[in-house]
Amino acid sequence: MSWFTRKEKGIHTPTELKKETPDGLWYKCPSCKKVMHTREHKTNAYTCIHCNYHEKIGSAEYYELLFDKNQFTELDANMSSSDPLHFVDTKPYTGRIVATQKKTNLKDAVRSAYGPVNGYDLVISCMDFDFIGGSMGSVVGEKIARAIDYSITHKIPFLMISRSGGARMMEAGFSLMQMAKTSAKLALLAEAKIPYISLLTDPTTGGVTASYAMLGDFNIAEPGALIGFAGPRVIRETIGKDLPKDFQSAEFVLEHGFLDFIVDRKELKTKIATLVGMLK
Amino acid sequence: MLLDFEKPIADLEAKLADMKQLAQDKHVDVHTAVKFLEESIIKLKKETYQNLTRWQRVQLSRHSERPYTLDYVYNITDQFIELFGDRTVKDDKAMVGGFGAIDGQTFMIIGQQKGRNTKQRQQRNFGMANPEGYRKALRLMKMAEKFNKPIVTFIDTPGAYPGIEAEERGQGEAIARNLREMFMLKVPVICIIIGEGASGGALGIAIGDKVLMLENTWYSVISPESCSSILWRSWEYKEQAAEALKLTAEDMMKFKLIDGIIEEPLGGAHTDINRMSQTVKQEIIRNLDILNQLTPQERINLRIEKFCSMGVYIE
Repeated sequence: MSWFTRKEKGIHTPTELKKETPDGLWYKCPSCKKVMHTREHKTNAYTCIHCNYHEKIGSAEYYELLFDKNQFTELDANMSSSDPLHFVDTKPYTGRIVATQKKTNLKDAVRSAYGPVNGYDLVISCMDFDFIGGSMGSVVGEKIARAIDYSITHKIPFLMISRSGGARMMEAGFSLMQMAKTSAKLALLAEAKIPYISLLTDPTTGGVTASYAMLGDFNIAEPGALIGFAGPRVIRETIGKDLPKDFQSAEFVLEHGFLDFIVDRKELKTKIATLVGMLK
Repeated sequence: MLLDFEKPIADLEAKLADMKQLAQDKHVDVHTAVKFLEESIIKLKKETYQNLTRWQRVQLSRHSERPYTLDYVYNITDQFIELFGDRTVKDDKAMVGGFGAIDGQTFMIIGQQKGRNTKQRQQRNFGMANPEGYRKALRLMKMAEKFNKPIVTFIDTPGAYPGIEAEERGQGEAIARNLREMFMLKVPVICIIIGEGASGGALGIAIGDKVLMLENTWYSVISPESCSSILWRSWEYKEQAAEALKLTAEDMMKFKLIDGIIEEPLGGAHTDINRMSQTVKQEIIRNLDILNQLTPQERINLRIEKFCSMGVYIE
């Protein structure tokens, strides 16, 4: 059986002789584990061609998917977080921000822009989960507030795409008050009778769920998205029991009456444009 | 139950009581010693309570003898009619409310309610409201608006309840709706944090023209324990978390996230509930007088402007 055992330890092929495929050419679905070409995955709106798993994507991808020819004007692109509390846990908050900005090439956890969607002007604020878990601090609150202001001033419908773990602890009280601030602006938007569509994506929890994400004229979600106020771990620890299957999934939330509909990302643009068109 | 930093004071107070008893029984003159002890107690109290750490204030805010919402209600109103139910699912015992008359003025008074003993604590769900609690609160606030009565809310909660039914019935939606609707209330709204002000569960009834905190309370986005468990991955760092979160009345006032601080009796609200209630009552009346100078639209505009100016960022 000697052919089963390696005579010499380790790998001896020199690096230049290795036959590797270039990075990022193939995408492996984390849900069904099947492999597909990244180009194919992208043209499928970053959903799995086999099982329809919706990959977590950020503002750049949503803007490209939604705005006609990726044409948009960004609002408040340079706003970034300050550190009013001089917050230090295992590392200082300022260090976290700088490191995350470098890593993600983003300024904070939300971007706002306006532009045409199938010909209809729309203001879209979109969260980026890669930036400290999409947590809501002063920048997120202020940028959303200003995007709503823009909607009101120009009478353009507002689309909010949420993907967030909730409040940003490192801004403590300030973070909490962003829930109030965004809700105040949404009260004004509602008064102005301008449509507000809230798209909840995987995951949307905590203070984001308990403020702007649940205040849409239309609360819609991507399939399978985790949506809740308290996170599943906290609930499990509180009640000391396992949670039912599909608890807090978009489908569960729809069944309990808190979503208007679930939308496949491949149909997102058409559906939003149709809805906005009907309200014209 | 005594807190650690209350013990030295309690010891001295016990000593003083013994001495007075001795003097009475044996007819000894202990006049000077008594005076000395009394002065020491006041001195120690001042030293202790003027230098409390943030974590010690959190402990005081949860003191087992601390006055709760209904204690204030019964102490400051001449009449009170409690109203129940959200008209949809059930009555949430963690959120109480009703019309109460304070010096002849009718108020809608709403607040989270904690329990004193094990049975009550369970019944009140430790002051953690379910969605129906927030919807009950909103129903009562809309009724106050309809009959043009000012609103007072008492905030005292370790958070909105994180449970299966709470999620099924839309905890997030219930709180979110309260935030938006409270901004548009035409009547004056005064919110007072009387104990714990934890996160969205507190904010859900805390959108007011005047948001006030009692001296030994806390108000933040998360409890020190949960913050410790998430950021330090251990429950052991609650003291550090409390310091980092800057969650006391003084901190929140400094950041202009609240409108005022209500002083507590030396030693905390629980040491003199009557006096504490009277102070709270005076503050309610004083603030209502100020708010009555404004028109409903002015109050709404100022309320919105105030919360919209909260936040620190770089441009």
